[in-house]
Amino acid sequence: MTIRTEPMTVNVGPQHPSTHGVFRVRITFDGEDIVEVEPVLGYLHRGTEKLAEERNYVQVVTLTDRLDYTSSMINNQAYCLAVEQLLGIEAPPRGKYLRTLTAELQRIASHLIAVGFFVQELGAFGTPLMYTFRSRERILDLFEMLCGARITVSYMRPGGVFSDTPPDFWPALDQFLADFEGELEEIENLLLSNEILMVRTRGVSPLPRDVAINCSVSGPVLRASGVNWDWRKIAPYDAYDQVDFDVPLGSNGDNYDRFWVRMQEVRQSLRIVRQCIAQIEPGPVRLELPMVLRAEPGAEAYGRVEASKGELGFYLVSDGGVSPYRCKIRSPSLINLTITEHLLLGWKLADMIVSLGSVDINMGEVDR
Amino acid sequence: MTLVALSGETLARRLQEAAPDAVIEWNDSSVWVRPEAMGDVASFLHNDAELDFTYLNAVSAIDFVEYFELVYHLTSMAKGHTGVIRSRVYGREEPTAASVVKVWRGADFQEREIWDLMGVRFTGHPNMKRIMLWEGFEGHPLRKDFL
Amino acid sequence: MRPCNLTDGMISPDGVLGGNPLFYWIYGLAANVVPCWLAYVIAGGVIMLILINAVLLGAAIVSWGERRLLGRFQNRVGPNRWGPFGALQPIADLAKLITKEDIIPYGADRLAFTAVPVIMVSSLLLATAVIPFAKDVALVDLNVGVLFVLAVSSLTSIAIFTAGWASNNRYALFGAGRAVAVLISYEVPVVLSLLGVVIVAGSMSLGDIVVAQAVPFFLVQPLAFFVFLAGMSAELNRTPFDVAEAESEIIAGYHTEYSGIKFALIQAAEFGGALFVSGLIATLFLAGWAGPVADWLGWLWFLIKTFIGIFLFVWIRSTFPRLRLDQIMAVCWKFLMPLSFINLAAVVLEVYFLRDANGVLTTADLWIMAAINLVLAVVSITFFGNLIKEKVRSGSGGARSANPVTSGLPTTGTM
Repeated sequence: MTIRTEPMTVNVGPQHPSTHGVFRVRITFDGEDIVEVEPVLGYLHRGTEKLAEERNYVQVVTLTDRLDYTSSMINNQAYCLAVEQLLGIEAPPRGKYLRTLTAELQRIASHLIAVGFFVQELGAFGTPLMYTFRSRERILDLFEMLCGARITVSYMRPGGVFSDTPPDFWPALDQFLADFEGELEEIENLLLSNEILMVRTRGVSPLPRDVAINCSVSGPVLRASGVNWDWRKIAPYDAYDQVDFDVPLGSNGDNYDRFWVRMQEVRQSLRIVRQCIAQIEPGPVRLELPMVLRAEPGAEAYGRVEASKGELGFYLVSDGGVSPYRCKIRSPSLINLTITEHLLLGWKLADMIVSLGSVDINMGEVDR
Repeated sequence: MTLVALSGETLARRLQEAAPDAVIEWNDSSVWVRPEAMGDVASFLHNDAELDFTYLNAVSAIDFVEYFELVYHLTSMAKGHTGVIRSRVYGREEPTAASVVKVWRGADFQEREIWDLMGVRFTGHPNMKRIMLWEGFEGHPLRKDFL
Repeated sequence: MRPCNLTDGMISPDGVLGGNPLFYWIYGLAANVVPCWLAYVIAGGVIMLILINAVLLGAAIVSWGERRLLGRFQNRVGPNRWGPFGALQPIADLAKLITKEDIIPYGADRLAFTAVPVIMVSSLLLATAVIPFAKDVALVDLNVGVLFVLAVSSLTSIAIFTAGWASNNRYALFGAGRAVAVLISYEVPVVLSLLGVVIVAGSMSLGDIVVAQAVPFFLVQPLAFFVFLAGMSAELNRTPFDVAEAESEIIAGYHTEYSGIKFALIQAAEFGGALFVSGLIATLFLAGWAGPVADWLGWLWFLIKTFIGIFLFVWIRSTFPRLRLDQIMAVCWKFLMPLSFINLAAVVLEVYFLRDANGVLTTADLWIMAAINLVLAVVSITFFGNLIKEKVRSGSGGARSANPVTSGLPTTGTM
């Protein structure tokens, strides 16, 4: 007697505990093995690009907060750089340093979320997640001191930042850095050499560097595959040419490498924050600009930053009006999803969630 | 490594050697090519040892009402330069351009998104479906005449 | 009325409830008023009531304790709103779950779907009945206690598979398939490790096993203790073997579709299971109710030892990620199986050579065994641990087929 088997198609998401929001992927399983993958997007599509055409240049900043809501500061930064490039202006030094500082704090917060959920998806019951969230909360508190908001910060403006730091910000930042050293060590001790974590992630879903480049992958995922490409180094913006940091690189591009690169980047971001504190000097934080900005008709700019998920670019085209004629957002999360099939095919159900987690997508940015 | 932006003229000269018909015009930052030749242009840009555009940063589409403009931002990681290729697609009913997804897989979702929101079809794309909106949605919301 | 004779008819001192003094007392009391058969039913019913309430209340306390403990492990407070230290939280949870809608999904097998929580709770209750809480205090002191416990707790795997199949949900099916694979595999090393315990104790009765532990068996047979602990956390679906209800992968596994009171019962069975297994570990390996001071304090020692077991499970749960299914199987068949065989062989040989003419092992003999087995345990766990580490690492992703996505992709030059 032969036993009849048949493949089983499962809709993972949009309601699933660990697809990072409303991501849906239709997967066909043969037993536990994945034989077919199809990502289905659009559940969080809000038409940000269309909305941006209806608002003036400064108002669009609030829209960028809602893209990758785990790294709003960096989204602000990318958009403001694009506008500055469009207008041909530059922020004053203190504004640049404040942007760099907050962007790096945001990168730490974002990577902490990525790492925490990555280990949560491996099955650790909350402990690493709580450890990472403990530190992230402190960073959000700092943001609250700066601009009154924790997630949707809208702290930056074309030509600098919205306001200077309150006096108690700097002691609070120092206190955070002092505490975070120990907290980070705790997280690293728990995770970096955890035997089960290594067994589950080493060699799983490797991404060769040629595939990574061909799929336009960016950010920690690209660097985990061994490609030395970090826009902060390649084309320094704001104060990144004034600070010293390393670019951690993986070798195999497997899940462990992607996780490891993020952990190392947290350390590098800390270095940058410390240097910013040491180098920053008093001065204006924002250029005196008119309330309503206008660019030359036909002007265009592609401003990009190394966001926590990868290359975040704003492609702005002006027709001389008060709002962008076209505001295209190059979203790293969406483009990093190109490798979904490559990562998942042939692996098991249990690896699927972990591999998706290791890419670290954010649906606010994927669907926009 | 510092990044050099290749001028439109450099790009155009190089492109004209391989595909003389493809290039329409250029300015100091970018080259305009014919949309139906974009596939061949792409494989040349990717495979040419001198240009070596292995990395596609972004594909954007802009609705200028009389035509759609496709913008390809490219980077060569080995040579450390960037380039911008553009293409004008005329027509409102069924504007089409050649897909570059065979050359740069990273264009996959972006071309689908352009079809979905801008209504420019890409020939040669294996999976030319809507991506953000559902099949059956009427119109393409990023067009200037979509209200 | 003729006084009821406890030794005639359907109940004899060797009978199922024969050894329980509480039963005798109630039976005698009731027999003054009602006929003998009714007195028997009443006495049995009271015993059952006590058991059910004790186990379910215990499950509630475990659920609260586990959440509090996890909270401490995770830098947070845990439930702290209702009652002192949030101790009434389980009651609030229960009240909420009872008042929720009891959903049976469309296309589900209604009968099987409904039967599952009942089977799970009843198998737990049956298994708990034989555990001695204090000296001579077990609801039933079966002479085949170990066998009974293993048999009854295996019912859970049938219930889980029924749940997965009856729910008409693909995640549930995944969970059920995984659960059955894990549960059946882990039965084998667990039974083998218990054989060692039974051989040394010379009895299958849990009460006798406690008495036989002049030296606690986790010292005498560390290997068996280790295998049993690992096997039991797999049977309980707890980290790092919790693939059957892996929340991040398959929602809640086999009980994805359960809601309301059915979900509450399944939760009760799970927390009660943790309590039961900890009690079993205390009985089999930590000398159960035996302890210093006085015998009547046995319940206290038993509770403390049970708490140690629960604490261990919570600690492991809050620390480790989960293994993949194939890795769990590898751990079972390639790591725990050899260990349990080594333990069995060692124990058999030691008992054969150390016992005296009457087949009795003295305390000194047990200490000798403990010394030998400790060395054996360290050596074999290290050896097989390294072996399995290599195998699991190199084995991951070995079955990967040629990837249709990347084949035919253009490759970039050297960079």
